[in-house]
Amino acid sequence: MAEFRTCPDTGFKIDLNADKLIKWNAVTAVVFLLIGGLFGLLVALTRWPAVHLLDADLFYLALTAHGLDVLLVWCIFFEIALLYFTSAILLNARMVFPKIAWIGYWMMLIGALITNVAVLRGDSSVMFTSYPPMMAAQDFYLGIILFAVGALLGCLVFFATLHVARKEKTYEGSIPLVTFGAMTAAIIAVFTILSGAIILVPTWFWSLGLLSHIDTIMYRVIWWGMGHSSQQVNVAAQIACWYAIAAILFGAKPLSEKVSRTAFLLYILFLQLASAHHLLVDPGLSSEYKIFNTSYALYLAVLGSMIHGLTVPGAIEAAQRKKGLNKGLFEWLTKAPWGNPVFAGMALSVVLFGFLGGISGVMMGTEQLNLITHNTIYVPGHFHGTVVVGTTLTFMAISYWIVPTLWQKELVFPGLAKWQPYLFGIGMGLAATFMMGAGTLGVPRRHWDMTFADSAMGFDFPAAANLMMGLNGVAAVMGSIGAAIFILNMVGTILWGKAKVPAAAAPAEEAPAEPNVTGAATSYGSAGTMEVPGTFVLAMIFLVSFVLYYFVNWKYLSSVWGLS
Amino acid sequence: MSDFDTGPGGTDEKIPFMQQLLDSPLLLLVIGIVSPMVLYIVWGVMETIAIPLAQ
Repeated sequence: MAEFRTCPDTGFKIDLNADKLIKWNAVTAVVFLLIGGLFGLLVALTRWPAVHLLDADLFYLALTAHGLDVLLVWCIFFEIALLYFTSAILLNARMVFPKIAWIGYWMMLIGALITNVAVLRGDSSVMFTSYPPMMAAQDFYLGIILFAVGALLGCLVFFATLHVARKEKTYEGSIPLVTFGAMTAAIIAVFTILSGAIILVPTWFWSLGLLSHIDTIMYRVIWWGMGHSSQQVNVAAQIACWYAIAAILFGAKPLSEKVSRTAFLLYILFLQLASAHHLLVDPGLSSEYKIFNTSYALYLAVLGSMIHGLTVPGAIEAAQRKKGLNKGLFEWLTKAPWGNPVFAGMALSVVLFGFLGGISGVMMGTEQLNLITHNTIYVPGHFHGTVVVGTTLTFMAISYWIVPTLWQKELVFPGLAKWQPYLFGIGMGLAATFMMGAGTLGVPRRHWDMTFADSAMGFDFPAAANLMMGLNGVAAVMGSIGAAIFILNMVGTILWGKAKVPAAAAPAEEAPAEPNVTGAATSYGSAGTMEVPGTFVLAMIFLVSFVLYYFVNWKYLSSVWGLS
Repeated sequence: MSDFDTGPGGTDEKIPFMQQLLDSPLLLLVIGIVSPMVLYIVWGVMETIAIPLAQ
């Protein structure tokens, strides 16, 4: 029999199993953000030519640990917490199969630890992608497989909870848009994990000596079904969080539920196909395969992102205008709570994700333009524009709401929290920009030494490339300070935060009849207006930038590709 | 689900096909796995298998 408490802030009926699992998954996520973030700082300081901190062996070890711990472990632990939150709590439902959820949690944790130990031992510095014929120790693959199966169990619990909530009629009509977005993330996660299983299980057998070889092209095709799709899980989860934050802070409803849901449907159908952009220069794969997946299909997923990019600020504008903030085009925006880290983090992530991660992703996904930047540090620049200033910043923003609400504690450093999203967002946004700038000048990704000091055939990059890599190091230090403040605030709040209410949970009968949180977080329904002129102006600025950048790159391609 | 179930707005209108699709997590899960599995994985694997072996 499920037991519940009632949240005094929100009025949510909270299943105690879900409560505990959300907390454990979220805290574990933050611990891995700390570990992975530290390795990331070491990588950035090594790629800063004037510092060049680590030797080659340690650099590749740090790069492997950084990729695994932040791209996979931090994001997926946090997403499992979000799945439980958006199902059990937002739907007012009991959590189904809590024991399976705990088994999943421990499998993920043990798997992550096994892989980390394999990497730290120094015999598995194969980087996140672990391309054969490079072979890691067998426990490197085993750890990832355990982690993935644990995450799959988390998704199973989520879908089972959705099913039971519907059967027990804990909500009316359709599930709220935020839960729908989380469901999109869970669906992509299932595909991601299946792709991982198809390729990593044989690769594990190969490392055990049970298989003679792994086909390198086959590995790349299937591995990227996992590697890139895991980042699409992040995108769907982050956009669900945007809608949640808009609902929590402003009571905002989407401009059109149907359009927003259709945009998520475009993700379900097409977003994973973007994985093929990693294969654009691979021999053996046809242009039809590459172009269909990365252009025709991907553009439909990009359409979904552009819809969300319009409707999230549009929903906020509609809600703000309803409250009387009607002066001019932007009063709704200038009077938004910019000192609240929940809003500031979300707003920055919408802008930075769109301009840095989104536009560069479409550029790289074009077969011809991809040649300018393939395997350069432009690629990490792009995914720092998606996973770091998009997903991570969004997860940080919603944590400023989730942690004080679930733990019922005051933030321990509220003053620092006001600045944190700006420090982290701008720092990592600049790092992504400088990486993309250096990549455009040809600086390779994953390379320990851009001066090629030991190489028989040297190469000198333009001075601007060295400057960009130095500025990337400075910006990464700034972003790391921002990340450290976030972790300090979260850990400090959980351990030493002042209690908001007496530690004992309020009894259910004292709960408000309706949750205080409204909008897309708890119910179905649209804002009922399309009068959002400020948002349309911002969207046009984005669109013009997008088109200009796209065509500037064609011009650039024509100048570097001397075939005429 | 019946075509005449109560809609999201609490009305007795017939629920359109798209709404029924969007309200079915299982169907969406199947579509979300089959679509990329066929268009990305299976297609990619078939092309890889078709590469002639070096002599």
